[in-house]
Amino acid sequence: MSKTETEEQRDAGDAPDGKDLGAAGAQLSTVPREEPIGGPSLSVIGWARWFWRQLTSMRVALILLFMLSLGAIPGSLIPQNSVDELKVQAYKDSHEFSTPVLEKLQFFDVYSSVWFSAIYILLFVSLIGCIVPRSWQFVGQLRGRPPGAPGRLTRLPAYTTWRTDTDPGQVREAALAMLKKRRFRAHTVGDAVAAEKGYLREAGNLLFHVALIVMLVSFAAGQLLKSEGGKLVVEGDGFSNTLTQYDDFKSGSLFSADELTPFTFKLDSFTGTYAKSGPERGTPRTYQADVTYSEGGGPDKKSVIEVNKPLVIDGTKVYLNGHGYAPVVTVRDGTGKVVFNGAAPLLPIDNNVTSTGAIKVMDGYRDKSGKKEQLGFQAFFVPTFGGAGKGDMFSQFPGLEFPVLALTGYHGSLGVDAGLPQNVYQLDTTKLTQFKDPKGQILKARLLPGEKLTFPNGAGSITFEKEVKEWATFQISRQPATGWALTGAIAAIAGLVGSLFIQRRRVWVRAVAGADGVTVVEMAGLGRSESAKLPEELADLALTLNSEAPTAPDPSDVPAEGAEK
Amino acid sequence: MTLAAATNENLAQFSNSLIYASMAVFTLAFFAHIAEWVFGSRSKVGRTAAALTGAGTAAAASAAPAVKVRQEGGGTAVLDKPKIVTRSAAGTRDVPDGPGAAGGTMKGDLYGRIAVSLTVLAFLIEASGVVTRAVAVQRAPWGNMYEFSTTFSTVAVGAYIGFLLARKNVRWIGLPLVTTVLLDLGVAVTWLYTKSDQLVPALHSYWLWIHVSTAIFCGAVFYLGAVGTLLYLFRDSYENKLARGGNPGPFARSVLERLPAAASLDKFSYRINAAVFPLWTFTIIAGAIWAGDAWGRYWGWDAKEVWSFITWVAYAAYLHARATAGWKGRKAAYIGLAAFACFLFNYYGVNIFVNSLHSYAGV
Ligand code: HEM
Repeated sequence: MSKTETEEQRDAGDAPDGKDLGAAGAQLSTVPREEPIGGPSLSVIGWARWFWRQLTSMRVALILLFMLSLGAIPGSLIPQNSVDELKVQAYKDSHEFSTPVLEKLQFFDVYSSVWFSAIYILLFVSLIGCIVPRSWQFVGQLRGRPPGAPGRLTRLPAYTTWRTDTDPGQVREAALAMLKKRRFRAHTVGDAVAAEKGYLREAGNLLFHVALIVMLVSFAAGQLLKSEGGKLVVEGDGFSNTLTQYDDFKSGSLFSADELTPFTFKLDSFTGTYAKSGPERGTPRTYQADVTYSEGGGPDKKSVIEVNKPLVIDGTKVYLNGHGYAPVVTVRDGTGKVVFNGAAPLLPIDNNVTSTGAIKVMDGYRDKSGKKEQLGFQAFFVPTFGGAGKGDMFSQFPGLEFPVLALTGYHGSLGVDAGLPQNVYQLDTTKLTQFKDPKGQILKARLLPGEKLTFPNGAGSITFEKEVKEWATFQISRQPATGWALTGAIAAIAGLVGSLFIQRRRVWVRAVAGADGVTVVEMAGLGRSESAKLPEELADLALTLNSEAPTAPDPSDVPAEGAEK
Repeated sequence: MTLAAATNENLAQFSNSLIYASMAVFTLAFFAHIAEWVFGSRSKVGRTAAALTGAGTAAAASAAPAVKVRQEGGGTAVLDKPKIVTRSAAGTRDVPDGPGAAGGTMKGDLYGRIAVSLTVLAFLIEASGVVTRAVAVQRAPWGNMYEFSTTFSTVAVGAYIGFLLARKNVRWIGLPLVTTVLLDLGVAVTWLYTKSDQLVPALHSYWLWIHVSTAIFCGAVFYLGAVGTLLYLFRDSYENKLARGGNPGPFARSVLERLPAAASLDKFSYRINAAVFPLWTFTIIAGAIWAGDAWGRYWGWDAKEVWSFITWVAYAAYLHARATAGWKGRKAAYIGLAAFACFLFNYYGVNIFVNSLHSYAGV
């Protein structure tokens, strides 16, 4: 073999994809051509065009992808308002120096910040600007036909040749039939058959990028239209889905209240089970809320809500996300008349559901002299008491094994009329007087179920009934367009699989009569990206064709030009 | 304690012993690999330099088309089937792959085979350890970092053995893989160990099986890709140096010479990353669906979600870089490594240092 040929091939090898192959190597994908960075013409339109070309180039898409991932980082390291406002406040308190800067930079709201939005909006503009021309180009490629064979097939990544006695025209016909049978798009150009396969790669890629847009739009729509609220419900009580019933409520900026799905539900019972022994004693095992619900005034239906299994009513989901105890108490006045009887939900303060809260008697109570008063109790509750002196009022286990309720009482005004919103779980003691025993000590008691705390001077009593109810908190949320987001996600994966696993490749078969009248068959394959499959496939095709155009015996022992060494 | 619980304790103990046993066998495999590299270093091949400087024509000729029809045995024509000649993709050097750690020496190869056999044995032991753990806790063995780590290395080694079975040229990855598996298991048993126990209610879901298993699989296979990428960078510098007529140090000459060609390593990593990327996309989507069921929102920018997203974008950037002129090769490789670093941070960093809803690390 001559030295020059080797060099020539090396040169060809160093050239970028397809350049030396002319039309045959072109358009094997729809990757945009890289524009040089410099030099827009000075007119406004020139600048605009330059800017648009840059924005929709692969290079800028790449940089924007980079910036998107970098921009997402701070939000994972600094507490976010959208996730936990309390943590944000705590962080601000302990970082007084940097807080003003971080606030300016919107680092507590990274994912809705101006700069983060700018990055992804630019990315998606770039994406659309990239998809549209690529789609047209792809349609053009589908309409057109595979380009004819390049002059020298030996330059292609996979190549084979043999000599046969079969007539060139017959070889080409056989090749055309074989390639068509294998679902190549094939046609004969001049002395060669040109074929191409794997268009689904491009289609998959376009589908993937379009699906990304669908996902983003659905996500944005969901954020703008969503509503989400919390409600604490004691066993036996119910909830109906109107704004006023919520304990707290958040919604997206385009939400309107009449979008709330009409339904009601009642908490029949809540069951929590916990590890009873072992090192993880007390770790929760299952939570379950049995409910009866009704849709828009329809018939009652029963259902069970668990942590991972929300109740879904017409797109609104009711999640179980917390629980606690509500001891049932009865308050009587001096005459023995019941002025309050009910379950008082108390809030857990630790993992063993040690709970605190306030019990408030708003009206109906009169003191010994007949004067109207309000009563308030500070309550401390443990579902499993450790025994006197053992950790005292801290629960030993989250289940209800040895419930004890500790109370101290107040009388006077609860301050609820002042018009200020008041936390139902806290007592405002400014206008209250604490009950004292005859010795002047603060009146307090630890009650077992069924026990009673009597107020001094015939002021009445409070009884801890032999009943402790559980309560559960529910999150009721609606996020429209979730179905679209999911559809987009599935399409994205399907598109990706097509885009990454399907190879787009071309095969050429040339058959010409050699000088000695024997037909020379040449076959070559070109793939867009590195593929081990391409030579294998070509070998397979060559074998098939070879069986129809069998190898002719070589006239001499001397290997032909370019022989294997 | 009930009898059933006692059996489970014993099973969990047994699982721990299996993990320790696998570590012992991996250590033996490690030494066997070292022996393979040491004996292999005695061979002096220098094929790369020959190919790059054109001193030897053998390599260059292999790129030239060969005649497919050969005649054997004098007059009687015994005809061969057509043979395929391949050429490297345009723009890459035509450099043959290195001979592998054994360097073509008999002794090195023997040790290499021993190392691979030991690795297979260790894999079987480790896999049984993971399975007994699952039986002991009566759930998917992916409830805490100890369990993740053991499964993670099992899958990585399993994938490597799978490649070997498929007759892929991957034996070069043996030593780095076994080394990191030992590290991973060491960290797992000393710092991450968690007693066997049940799951908190939030983890009770079949999505655990789907989401966590694919996440572990993606991580393990991405890891193999990352090793390939890292070695590619070294090998590429080595080839560049040779091509410039430089003279690499004896260590580089001995070790890097025996690795596959830079182009092969790059291709290996690309194929792995590209093949896993759709699965990683699926993992994130499955996680979002689960989060929708468990917490009432499918995406809430929780630290774990953020880092999964960052990892995903980084891998997308890597794939893009491969298709962008001027970004192929080393630059794309750096992005690929950064993407894997994001994956690692999501695992160790977020579980340990960042306060996240996904606080099941159990450390
Ligand atoms: C949200 C942002 C984007 C993501 C996550 C993304 C992701 C991907 C992925 C995973 C691939 C497959 C790579 C492969 O085939 O090897 C790909 C290919 C591609 N992307 Fe994007 N992309 C994004 C935005 C863009 C933008 C803005 C453009 C326009 C400049 C673009 C143009 C392309 C092209 C031309 C390909 C095909 C490359 C090829 O054929 O190999 N992408 N993209």
